[in-house]
Amino acid sequence: MLLYFCKRILYGIPVLITVATLTFGIMHLVPGGPFDTEKKLPPEIIANIEAKYHLNEPLVTQYFLYMKQILQGDLGPSYKYIGRDVSAIIAETFPVSLTLGLCAVVVILGLGIPGGIVAAYWRDTAIDRSCVFLATLGISVPSFVLGTVLVWGLSHKLHWLPPALWEGPRHVIMPAIALGAGFAGYIARLTRTTILDVLAADYIRTARAKGLSEPTVLLKHALKNSIYPVVSVMGPLVAGLVTGSFVIEFIFSIPGMGSFFITAVTNRDYPLIMGVTLVYAVLIVLANIVVDMMYAWLDPRVSLGK
Amino acid sequence: MKHFPLSSRLSALFLVAVALAAIFAPWVAPFSYETQDTANTLASPNPANWLGTDRLGRDLFSRMIYGARVSLFIGVATTVLAILIGTVYGAVSGYAGKRTDNLMMRIVDVVFALPDLLMIILITVLMGRGVTGIFIALTMVSWVTVARLVRGEVLRIKELTFVEAARALGASHARIFVREIFPNLVGILIITLSFRIPVAILAESTLSFIGLGISPPFSSWGTLANDGWTAVKFYPHLILFPSLAIFFTILAFNFLGEGLRDALDPRT
Repeated sequence: MLLYFCKRILYGIPVLITVATLTFGIMHLVPGGPFDTEKKLPPEIIANIEAKYHLNEPLVTQYFLYMKQILQGDLGPSYKYIGRDVSAIIAETFPVSLTLGLCAVVVILGLGIPGGIVAAYWRDTAIDRSCVFLATLGISVPSFVLGTVLVWGLSHKLHWLPPALWEGPRHVIMPAIALGAGFAGYIARLTRTTILDVLAADYIRTARAKGLSEPTVLLKHALKNSIYPVVSVMGPLVAGLVTGSFVIEFIFSIPGMGSFFITAVTNRDYPLIMGVTLVYAVLIVLANIVVDMMYAWLDPRVSLGK
Repeated sequence: MKHFPLSSRLSALFLVAVALAAIFAPWVAPFSYETQDTANTLASPNPANWLGTDRLGRDLFSRMIYGARVSLFIGVATTVLAILIGTVYGAVSGYAGKRTDNLMMRIVDVVFALPDLLMIILITVLMGRGVTGIFIALTMVSWVTVARLVRGEVLRIKELTFVEAARALGASHARIFVREIFPNLVGILIITLSFRIPVAILAESTLSFIGLGISPPFSSWGTLANDGWTAVKFYPHLILFPSLAIFFTILAFNFLGEGLRDALDPRT
């Protein structure tokens, strides 16, 4: 297990180097720099700025300087937030985005799995059909549409919840729902399908014949064997939550990594763009490893290291 | 096509209507998309302006019809191009097999490593945010999904007996691919088309909504929603109608795709 884990980490490294190189390349091919202003700056000042950020060095030197800095955990200074390091900005905004993401996962699993179980158990009834309908609706509605409808309805009309900012538990509810609803619908449909398959299996009939109660059959025997497909989509789900958070943090003015990323793109703040992209890449590589490990841990038929 | 559900038929009808309105926008739209009526700004829906007007007094209904041009064009054109590239790439990779396949799939893996929206944003930083930039970025991201799918199918089909028979008869690789393998891919490509178009429309509208997508003078439904967002508290119609247009279009493509899948995919 440990050997496999180390091996997967090693496999992740080339991916991260590629991502770092690609973002570096893209950022330096872009026309227009971060210090282009309305007013023309005197050439001496431009020269000073370029010297400070090593922009006057050849591209190859800049590349190796950048890679060396990354290895030391230093993502360089931000061009726009003067006097602040990218690492410091990320350290400050990452926990916010992580909290939002975890709350969304709670929404996804809390709505998706029970929804799927209920729909499968009462299959082909009105309950099943309404669950499937809601799930399809959740999958089809773009998160920014759901987000704006929630803000308009629950905040502006009913005044139940705050429409924006990040100041306490009440501020988490709407963003988490808006971010999670689509995936919840997806998980619900997936759970429904797998539970339907499992419920037809012989061992379920055996369990019922032994006189076990329905909740025991459903939750202990059926759910345990139908959870694997759900675990396997958790990897792509992390990637989806990352990009979903751009939109949600924009709508709800949440000071997370996503909204800083968007601002960085508009400001051409290259170090910040590259830093945030790298953090996302690391996150996704790690998430995929964790999902594979969980898969092997849950399902004894999957063997690692081969 | 004996079993094509009602939801898919209605969706097809809806999409045809939207597409026709977009194509014939100058004749369908009651106003031009840039005519400003400063005496009539921020009007709620009324008999003259069916969906109300924006802060410059422009008719929202007309702007949405013109917006459909941008949204649908981006969705359909990028998907068609991505399917062309992905099919050729995936077919070559799957048909060649062995080391070529391995190498070609590594490249696909790299594109897959980052989430689509993040990649698109990075590419548009390079390409600029016009229609062209978004178009290139979306295509560059979405062809890999098609390539993976087609490769898998080709790997399966090339082992089937009728392909073996053609090979035994001395058919060339090109002939085997065009006459034996490709006809078996058509169904799955049509289904993919129907499921990938809404993904592209969603990506574009999301980008435009957060202000990183289509920029003026063009405006897509996402741009219109972004315009309306700042006034959501007092003039909700400005964001409501463009959002609904995006939502119903995506829903219709998904229903259509599900119907097509049940009708065309031999595996279901």
